[in-house]
Amino acid sequence: MTRATPADLVGARLPRIEDPRLVTGRGTFVDDLQLPGMLHLDVLRSPHAHARIRDIDAREARALPGVLAVYTGRDLAQFLKAVPSAGGMEGFNAPQHHVLAVDRVRFVGEGVAAVLARDRYIARDARELISVTYDALPAVTDPEIALTLEAPVLHDDIGSNRAFELRIGNDTEAAIAAADRVVRGRFVNQRVIPNTMETRGAVALFEPWEDRLTVWLSTQAPHLMRREFARFLDYPEHRLRVIAPDVGGAFGAKNNPYAEELLAAALAVRHQIPVKWIEERSEHMLVTSHARAQTVELSAGVRADGTLLALHYRLVADMGAYYHAITHIGPMMTATLMTGAYRIPHAATDIVSVFTNTTPTDPYRGFGRAEAAYFIERTMDLIAHELGLEVLELRRRNLIRPDEFPCATPTGHVHESGNFQLCLDRALARLDYEGARREQAKLRAAGRYLGIGFATHAWRAGFPSVPGGKGYITSGWEKTTVSVDPAGKVRAVIGTSPHGQGIVTTTAQIVAQQLGVLPRDVRVVHSDTDAVAQGNGTMGSRSLVVGGSATLLAAQQVRAKAIRLAAHLLQLDPQRVTLESACFSDVGDPARCITLAEVAAHAFAGPRDLPEGMEPCLEATALFEPANFATCFGTHVCVAEVDPETGMVAIRRYLAIDDVGRAVNPTIVEGQIHGGLAQGIGQALMEGAGYDVTGQPLAASFLEYATPRASDLPHFEVELTETPSTVNPLGARGIGEAGTIGAPPAVVNAVLDALAPLGVRHLDMPLTPQRVWRAIRDARA
Amino acid sequence: MNISLRINGRPVEAEVEPRLLLVHFLRERLRLTGTHIGCDTSQCGACTVHLDDRAVKSCTVLAVQADGCEITTIEGMAADGALHPLQAAFQEHHALQCGFCTPGIVMAAHELLGRDHVPGEPEIRVALEGNRCRCTGYQNIVAAIRSACERS
Repeated sequence: MTRATPADLVGARLPRIEDPRLVTGRGTFVDDLQLPGMLHLDVLRSPHAHARIRDIDAREARALPGVLAVYTGRDLAQFLKAVPSAGGMEGFNAPQHHVLAVDRVRFVGEGVAAVLARDRYIARDARELISVTYDALPAVTDPEIALTLEAPVLHDDIGSNRAFELRIGNDTEAAIAAADRVVRGRFVNQRVIPNTMETRGAVALFEPWEDRLTVWLSTQAPHLMRREFARFLDYPEHRLRVIAPDVGGAFGAKNNPYAEELLAAALAVRHQIPVKWIEERSEHMLVTSHARAQTVELSAGVRADGTLLALHYRLVADMGAYYHAITHIGPMMTATLMTGAYRIPHAATDIVSVFTNTTPTDPYRGFGRAEAAYFIERTMDLIAHELGLEVLELRRRNLIRPDEFPCATPTGHVHESGNFQLCLDRALARLDYEGARREQAKLRAAGRYLGIGFATHAWRAGFPSVPGGKGYITSGWEKTTVSVDPAGKVRAVIGTSPHGQGIVTTTAQIVAQQLGVLPRDVRVVHSDTDAVAQGNGTMGSRSLVVGGSATLLAAQQVRAKAIRLAAHLLQLDPQRVTLESACFSDVGDPARCITLAEVAAHAFAGPRDLPEGMEPCLEATALFEPANFATCFGTHVCVAEVDPETGMVAIRRYLAIDDVGRAVNPTIVEGQIHGGLAQGIGQALMEGAGYDVTGQPLAASFLEYATPRASDLPHFEVELTETPSTVNPLGARGIGEAGTIGAPPAVVNAVLDALAPLGVRHLDMPLTPQRVWRAIRDARA
Repeated sequence: MNISLRINGRPVEAEVEPRLLLVHFLRERLRLTGTHIGCDTSQCGACTVHLDDRAVKSCTVLAVQADGCEITTIEGMAADGALHPLQAAFQEHHALQCGFCTPGIVMAAHELLGRDHVPGEPEIRVALEGNRCRCTGYQNIVAAIRSACERS
């Protein structure tokens, strides 16, 4: 009899089940798939930011041996619908977005023609032979300029570049007018590119005699894609199968039904030949969603002692040339979380969203919450400086206290529970705050500039369903089915779609602990819409919080039934049966026991061998719908030194103290934090997707766009606290996005703290050596 | 053009176009899909393989340039069903998340095992300059490499 199960799998640092195949190169990513007769799709893209398409001559391309077809936007408009966008929401002025541009291109990279050929080299040759004549139009890439009357208008049917305006919050005017002091500022959260290491891709297979369409897609939401593809193609959803194989990162950029992917599926159906489309990196930088791109002008009304009375933002959000699925949601999320971890009785954001001749924006790790944290944490430092208060003193005065939860904010969010001071105190202790300030003073005396920056961030994870059910994301529930087979092995079918988060491992831990089996005896099924009937994908730090909760509930139900059946077999009262170390036994006589395998073997018998009223089989399906978002929070501290001669920033220490509610696998949790920190530091110091005056992107490859490398990053000091959340049975809080939320403000605050003696008051990200050096020089002048 | 080379210990002969990239030859002709393509400017390192015992980026090598050479891909690292110590260390230290950059990093890191000293953290980070990861933040990758170097 084996007693091999660890006493407490939930909370264990189990090595990942996902790893052996990935570390040996045996993963299957979309480009690894090869189907017999498969054709390659290659898209010709506009080199202009804004232009009319006068003519497309594809004769030479079509004549090239190995080319099956060349399509233009005009060709496609005959038989394809427009690309789904803004989740079909009313009132959001969604401009029509064609799969390939028909008359006009509106950003550099927009597709204008597509080649279907025998292999990728021939497809590329053919693409080069297509001749497009454009009439260039003036372009606008700055949202503030796009709002002016002189700016070129992107969408004639809308008439202006104003996408939508919305106010979220309560009245702030009176409170600001009555304040002792009004602090004003302007902060830019710059456009960045998620840059997943695996670019996007799709393989589509249409089997007419099966009446089935299969799409392998590098996506984070296979079920949402199934629905979108079905609608776009007018293909019955129950006969459409979407499979997300191994996915090389998504971060929110693979949560959209993109034109090329829809096109690959449409052409597979039309030609009845499998079609593959794989994105190149330079394409990715141009056409896969960009992110952030929000600017805030703020007014904060405060008392002389630093108590926050009111906060108002005018938020300009750059949508790009078109909406992707939830582009419009970004600024709304920012507005809703604008008060961060603080008690601010009056707060409102006036959102102005704008179309520009740039790549459309969409979620990126920390969607809306990273922007909100940046704006509020920078504002806190700004207020502190203007009032002559210490930055921590100001935060402590205004942080929501542990006894104030649940805490409603003026912008409609309710923080369900938390202990913000816990993480702050822990961070200061671990940092040795007094020591760090002494070190800073000592270095200043020696002409060196060290700074300490804080972010006491609060955000939210695991969205609940939206009443009314409209838009791209309507429901927030998750469903897990746990079933035990006659051999006592377990299958867990989950609706989330992991792509690096280790959810297979954490799911196995949760189920194995409930059922007393080994994690390797739990097979987790995900990301195939044939195998998983319904699901809502992986995004917004929901997979553990919502999906894990559904998993726990289903496993608990199976456990309860197993105990009743074990009791029946042991001829005991179920109250006397416990499950320890893979055995169901009598509380009073542990030697009398029966394994899950033995119980399972009986579960498939007929009704007369089962307890009264018990049905055969040993499985359960549970749904979990969160009543509210889980409040996530933490304190990050960055200690950075700036070299005034070069403008270079060196992070000497980075501490991240985050509360996860309940850590199922602390190692996986820490890994999520590390990854987010890298991206957050990248945004703070080196990333940015800008455009020149003609609308040409300044970053179209890794030569210009600096995602951090190992030598760009410090060693992170990560600590977890566990204050159980009240909104899910696991007590878990989301963690995936913590790093991108906490790092940018912590880093920028640190650099400005370092440069305060030199008179530098303000810097916008990225804090490249050039920008920092220039700011120092300008302050000295 | 005819090329003849050894891949993961096995002889291979093929007829290729001069412009065929080694990475495409490996992935599409030989179905060794563990070597990945992550960029088009030779910077991400996902395509790293060993060519005559040196780590090279196979996206920047033509298949014809590998004529007569010995190539090892990620598929050739585990021997007799056992993970290479580097691979085992990666699992132990949670040095991978999505796994896309992983083969390239393992192949690049292998060179560090051959050095005459155990590299410290700064040295390892610098040695990874040719590889990009977007998921892990590198910390556990560095720990895994260091651990594998200590043991070798």
